[in-house]
Amino acid sequence: MAELPGSIREAGDLLRARRATAVELAEVAIERAGVDPYNAWLLVSAEQARAQARAADERIASGDASPLCGIPWACKDIIGTKGVETTAGSKILDGYVPPYSATVVERLEAAGAVMIGKTNLDEFAMGSSNENSAFGPVKNPWDTSRVPGGSSGGSAVAVAAGEVCFGLGTDTGGSIRQPAALSGVAGMKPTYGRVSRYGVVAFASSLDQVGPFGRTVEDIALVCQALFGVDPADATTMPLPSEDLCRDLERGVKGMRLGVPREYFVKGIEPGVERAVRAAIRELERQGATLLDVSLPSTDHALGVYYIVQPAEASANLARYDGVRYGLRVEGPDLVGTYKATRGAGFGPEVKRRMILGTYALSTGYYDAYYVKAQKVRTVIKKEFDDVFARVDALVTPTSPTVAFGIGAKTNDPLAMYLNDVFTLPVNIAGLPGISIPCGVSEGLPVGLQVIAASYQEATMFRVAAAYERATEHHRMRPPAARAA
Amino acid sequence: MSEIDARVVRYVADLARIGLTDDEVERFTSQLSVVLDAVGKLREIDTADIPPTASVLPLANVTREDEVRPSLPLEDVMRNAPTRDGDLFRVQTIIEERPEERVRG
Repeated sequence: MAELPGSIREAGDLLRARRATAVELAEVAIERAGVDPYNAWLLVSAEQARAQARAADERIASGDASPLCGIPWACKDIIGTKGVETTAGSKILDGYVPPYSATVVERLEAAGAVMIGKTNLDEFAMGSSNENSAFGPVKNPWDTSRVPGGSSGGSAVAVAAGEVCFGLGTDTGGSIRQPAALSGVAGMKPTYGRVSRYGVVAFASSLDQVGPFGRTVEDIALVCQALFGVDPADATTMPLPSEDLCRDLERGVKGMRLGVPREYFVKGIEPGVERAVRAAIRELERQGATLLDVSLPSTDHALGVYYIVQPAEASANLARYDGVRYGLRVEGPDLVGTYKATRGAGFGPEVKRRMILGTYALSTGYYDAYYVKAQKVRTVIKKEFDDVFARVDALVTPTSPTVAFGIGAKTNDPLAMYLNDVFTLPVNIAGLPGISIPCGVSEGLPVGLQVIAASYQEATMFRVAAAYERATEHHRMRPPAARAA
Repeated sequence: MSEIDARVVRYVADLARIGLTDDEVERFTSQLSVVLDAVGKLREIDTADIPPTASVLPLANVTREDEVRPSLPLEDVMRNAPTRDGDLFRVQTIIEERPEERVRG
């Protein structure tokens, strides 16, 4: 076997028909990951992968095969893995070996999926380009002089380059959907509270969610099926009855009402991106959906809310890196001096910027003006989404205002970098589910269509995305380098 | 313009226990001024009667039974310590021992 099947579904069919083994799939993935030219991987855990693959083959032989059994996957290195180094892309955690696995890792293991290794990311998931990794940037397989998006760029690229069948990322302001769009794969953020955050290195706790990258909408739904559900170890998971997330994949969009928010087609959007997204929306209309022009008037303020709430929460979460119990320690003259030396040496520039911004927003005299104000505007933004979802089944928007940009193009301008996420971060502020799927190319680079649904309406979101995917070939696009390989 | 300057950046970095070089202070001051100007636009919105949202979840006071469960294996936890003393994390002295306390103790 020279390359992996094109989807989880295809791989599962091969495995169950005994035309391939999990060990064979794992060997292909291990080899591809080992020679990956994009710096997508921080660690390939080959021995553990082989052991998991052998166990998966036994389960398949016994007839007990879940859809993910034997399927090779990539884990963003901010998700804790027992006995396998987890760095969060930071020097401050270099060498850290978690004593337990995140709930999401345990769930995939229980489903028989085969973890190939840990993927590169922006340090502590802070970034939109993957250039903030302490272990070097990830390159976009469509054009290696460009970024793959971030922060989950490694997992996005591992899937785009055909090195694994699916990947996990985390999405705080777009960190799954934006790299999915820029790398030409599907990527999805679940409703806040759907997926356990236990064992995931905390960034901004009221915004973070774990979600999948895949080649098809069905694959995304299959992974979500394994991830979703209440976790006693995470009090912010919603207790909801289990449901079949694939139930509406074939239903089509005829009769559905899709909202097109006018604030998502304004300044800063590249003409080629707008063209591809408008064409995708017309395709959904052609299939029988009714389009509604809707307004989310406070969209412009989402960036401000996000860049107060997120760094504020991060500054509290990252206080734990003190050089005492794990990670880097740089000795200073006294304990406080050690904290400062450790954090000064261990954190990269973007993490330091956000720690300072967040601490500032929470400090005496600024707390009400910034932090409380942002939380109030968060209420306004959430209500605008709630009101719109009383009239529409889903929203369709661009995922990112631009295609993949050049490595180094925005590194000295934090605000320009933050603007990459203007269409994705409102979804985190309101806690909604969002998916990005490929909808064409502009200047030879992938463009993503974002579908947003009301809270817990992932099945409706998948219904829209699957209808588009069925009628088009964009999800079959492969980057030139991966095609040649 | 926002009210952030090099003095404020140094003060806040101190609160956050992050050691910065002079070069970083200078760079972050100008970069954070731009960011704060952008987020400062929130002041334009009237939020007088609007409650803050800390979490979008419709949950409150999630509790569980207080059950005894096995803890993580101590060695798996301690192996990540930069310095240790058996099963203890070793840190620098933070409280100086005073002779009169020893007498009383």
